[in-house]
Formats: sequence, structure tokens, C-alpha cells
Amino acid sequence: MSWGAALRAALIALLLALVLRPDWFEPLFAPAAPAGGPVIYERASLLSLSLSHLGLVALASGAATLVAVTLAVLVTRPAGAAFRPLSRTITNIGQTFPPVAVLALAVPALGFGAGPTLVALFLYGLLPIFENAVTGLSSLPPSAMEAARGIGLNRRQRLFQVELPLALPVILTGIRLSVVIALGTATIGSTVAARTLGEVIIAGLLTNNTAYVLQGGLIVGLFAVLIYDALVQLERRLARRLGVAG
Amino acid sequence: MIEIDAITKVYDGTPAVDAVSLTVETGTITAIVGTSGSGKTTLLRMINRLVEPSSGEVRINGEPTTGLPKVTLRRRIGYAIQGHGLFPHHSVARNIGAVPRLLGWPRDEIRARVDELLELFSMPPDAFRDRYPGELSGGQQQRVGVARALASRPDMILMDEPFGALDPIIRTRAQEDLKRIQQALGSTILIVTHDMEEAIQLGDKVAVMDAGKLVQYAAPAEIIAKPATEFVAEMVGGVDRPLKMLSLVPVSEIVEEGAVDGPAIGAETSLRDALSTCLWSGRDALRVEREGRVVGHVTLAAIRARAEAHR
Repeated sequence: MSWGAALRAALIALLLALVLRPDWFEPLFAPAAPAGGPVIYERASLLSLSLSHLGLVALASGAATLVAVTLAVLVTRPAGAAFRPLSRTITNIGQTFPPVAVLALAVPALGFGAGPTLVALFLYGLLPIFENAVTGLSSLPPSAMEAARGIGLNRRQRLFQVELPLALPVILTGIRLSVVIALGTATIGSTVAARTLGEVIIAGLLTNNTAYVLQGGLIVGLFAVLIYDALVQLERRLARRLGVAG
Repeated sequence: MIEIDAITKVYDGTPAVDAVSLTVETGTITAIVGTSGSGKTTLLRMINRLVEPSSGEVRINGEPTTGLPKVTLRRRIGYAIQGHGLFPHHSVARNIGAVPRLLGWPRDEIRARVDELLELFSMPPDAFRDRYPGELSGGQQQRVGVARALASRPDMILMDEPFGALDPIIRTRAQEDLKRIQQALGSTILIVTHDMEEAIQLGDKVAVMDAGKLVQYAAPAEIIAKPATEFVAEMVGGVDRPLKMLSLVPVSEIVEEGAVDGPAIGAETSLRDALSTCLWSGRDALRVEREGRVVGHVTLAAIRARAEAHR
């Protein structure tokens, strides 16, 4: 087993233990907790918070991927080229707005809970995916594109059988960036009562309990690192097949 | 039979292809040769309507190409291009079977056809079927590209500098392979090249284009012997014209009775190679064999006489 694989396995084990058996870590976190105060967060199960956190991220990133890739496909068609600057502006605005501001603005409209967080994560996730999808779709190997047209694939077949598969590794890079940003950003959703791991961190901040902050932060961090790694592996596997073709 | 009838393409007021007419007989190779910017590629791309002609029409077996939807037309015409244009994410088998699959052939029929073509191109199907283009050498990629163009037994095959990216040795082999396969299958091929040598070697007929116009359309021997314009003469090249001429004639045409000693050459060898062998071995006559049996000999004098016959 290589060093990378061993490290990965160790991190997965650590994450599982942190989420499923938090009491094991009591001696470790105890010095950071206030004297006589609770060390391990027990107001909600960390497993259910993790699942809810991941669920929010998956939902928001899924929607962002769908919208961003669709937009990218439209603006890379000859008929849609005119809309390219406009869609770039829109996705840029999504990125410029601080997620906190989006939360604050969305609460009056959507109420407390998961809604505002989903909107913020969705808007924040659009740009990296859109930019990468546009790059991927506009830098395809010209000879494969020419051949696809020349042997009689229609527009639809070219898009689904040639363009999207060839652009996939680059699109995946955008999705990876977007997912990792969302994993971190989702924690602030707990300020407006979304159920995320941010709840643990915020509880720690409010009660001056560093043990909680460490616990929540560590779990979110490990999720981000492991998911990032998994997506990198996937990209490499796809790119290797296309890459040797260079 | 493909009839190209006064076809013209105008870009921004200047004609890229100017009223070109030519007829390609079924079962032959026609090479379109010209410098870059001569309109040869545009001419080719108007046949499968990757470029829409400004005026004129193309008829395949009497039917105008405008009578079919573009996609249907292209599936009936093989297409091979420079740099092979294979789909890097599809296996060799899937690349070759691309058009049959578009045409809805049954799965086992596609598989059989792919294997047949791989055999034809001397690539053992078991070893190559499931590989990806990135795992092949340049010469193998190019063969797969040509195999894809042949896969659906199209009415005709268009090739745009298919050997342009190959190094000279592989290129010569690829040309020989193409000629052999074309003769075996009886395909109709239209090939665009900037290399007069390649055009002469491959073409049953050669069409020379200059500045959008067809300046000469004739058999290779006639192009060499009687270039119609200054430009064609320049393309054919001055000093080695006799050698080009000799490269078109097989030894069997001037073979004489009786065996001689020394190195033997095959009856299908070109006179150019025979001349070269004479000079290299310092002999005035070479033994000629066909499948290991002596059929006679060829002399330096006869080669010379043949080269001078066109003066």
C-alpha cells in the first residue's frame, strides 16, 4: 500500500471515529473545554448533522452543476455565443456576493432553515463550474470535432457523445472547487438554523467552548479533504484515458 | 460516379473555389493537389456539405447532394482527415464502428465489420479492438482513421491530407496500403494533398488546383508529360520529372526475354526503383522475377528509352 493510500485510509478512519464515536476523543479535547463544562457536543447526533450537511452541499452543488453546465452548453453553441458575456456577469455576481449577505437577504423571503443556505451555496457554486465548463467545451481537439461533423453525427449526438465526454475532466475540476467551497461555506448556514456541522462550531463560539469548535472544524475539514481527494482521483482516471490520446 | 458541376464558393467577395467541374469514375482514386489556399480542401468539404457551395452542384450517381439531409449525406460518404480525428474516449472498435452504429447496423454485424477492417489493415483484432487511440502509434491511429471512413462501405470516401502528419517511411507504407485496399474493395476515393509525389503515386487521375481554379485534370502520366500551365509544371518539379514518370511504370511493361545474373527485382517494381538498383549495383541489366520465378530481364538502356519516350 502506498503512502497516499495509507494516509487516506487513516483519515477516513479518523473521520468515522469522530462522527460515530465522539466520546473516544473526550481526553483529547478536554484541555480545550472550559473547566467543568461539556467536552463533547451532545445536543444532536454528529452523524445526523454530517448527513444533513452533506445533503445540503450535494443538493446545492447538484443544482449549480446542472444550471452552470446547461448555461455553458448554450453559450458555446453558435446561436448562444452572444449571451456569453451576460452569463459570465450573472455567475460572477453570484460569486461576488458574500454568502453571509445572501443568507441575510434570503431569510426574509424563505424564512429560517435550510432554504437560504441552499440559495447561498447554489449561487456561490455556479461560477467555478460555469467557467470550467466553458473552457472545457471551447478547447476540444479540433480534428475530433471536424471528424464528428464529417462522419454525420448531428448536433445532439456531437454534444452528448463527443463534446461533453471530452470536456468532462475540466468540468469535474470546476465541480470539485465548487463542492469544497460549499462544504466550508455551509457551516455558516447554521446561523440561520440550517442543520449543518456549523451548529457545533457556533455553539462552541457562543459558549466559549474551544473543544466544540475543534470538533466541528475537524470533521468539516476532514470531509473537505477526503471529498477533494476522491474527486481528484476520478478526474485523473478520466484524464489519463484522454491524456494519453493527447 | 461523382459529378462536380461548376461548383463555386465565395468568401467575402473572393472565390475560394471558382466554377470547378470534374467527374470522378466509380472505383478510382482521384487526387486533388494544390498549394495551401488553392481551394482544394474547400472543394472537398463542399462534397459532403461541411461547406455549403455558393453555386453549382454535386451529384452522386446522378442524385444531387442537396436532395438529402446533411447528416444522412455525410453518413453515406466516408471521411478521413489529417491528424486522424479519432475520438480519444472511444475504443478502436467503437471508433471504427461509429458510422455503422449511426446507421443502426445490428451489433454483431458491426463487430464482424470492425474485425474485418482491422485484419485488412494488418492490425490483429484481438490485440487492437479494445485499445484506445492514445495507446496507438501515429501510423496505427491513421489506419484506424481510414478504417473508420471505410466502415459502412460508403459510396465514396473523402480524404483530406490523411497522411499529412506521418513521417516519410510510415507515410509511404500507408500510401501503399491505401492503394492495395482500394483495389481490393473497389472504393471510390477523393483525396486532397499538397504533395504532387503522393498525388501521382495514388491517383488514377490527378486534379491540380491553383487559386480556386481547376487548372488540369488528367492521368498522372499526362500531368508529368504535358503540364497544362506554368504552375502545374512547377508542381511537378523540373529536374526529376523523368524519375516521376518512371515511378509510374512497372518493370513488367518493358521486361525482355532471358535471365541474367545478379540481384533480382519483382515484376511490379517501378522503373524508378529498377534504375536505382542498376546504379547502386553497377549493372546494366537486372533479373526480373515474379513470385520467385524468373520472367526475364530489364536493361538500363530500355529504362532510358522509356524515360525519353515522353520528350
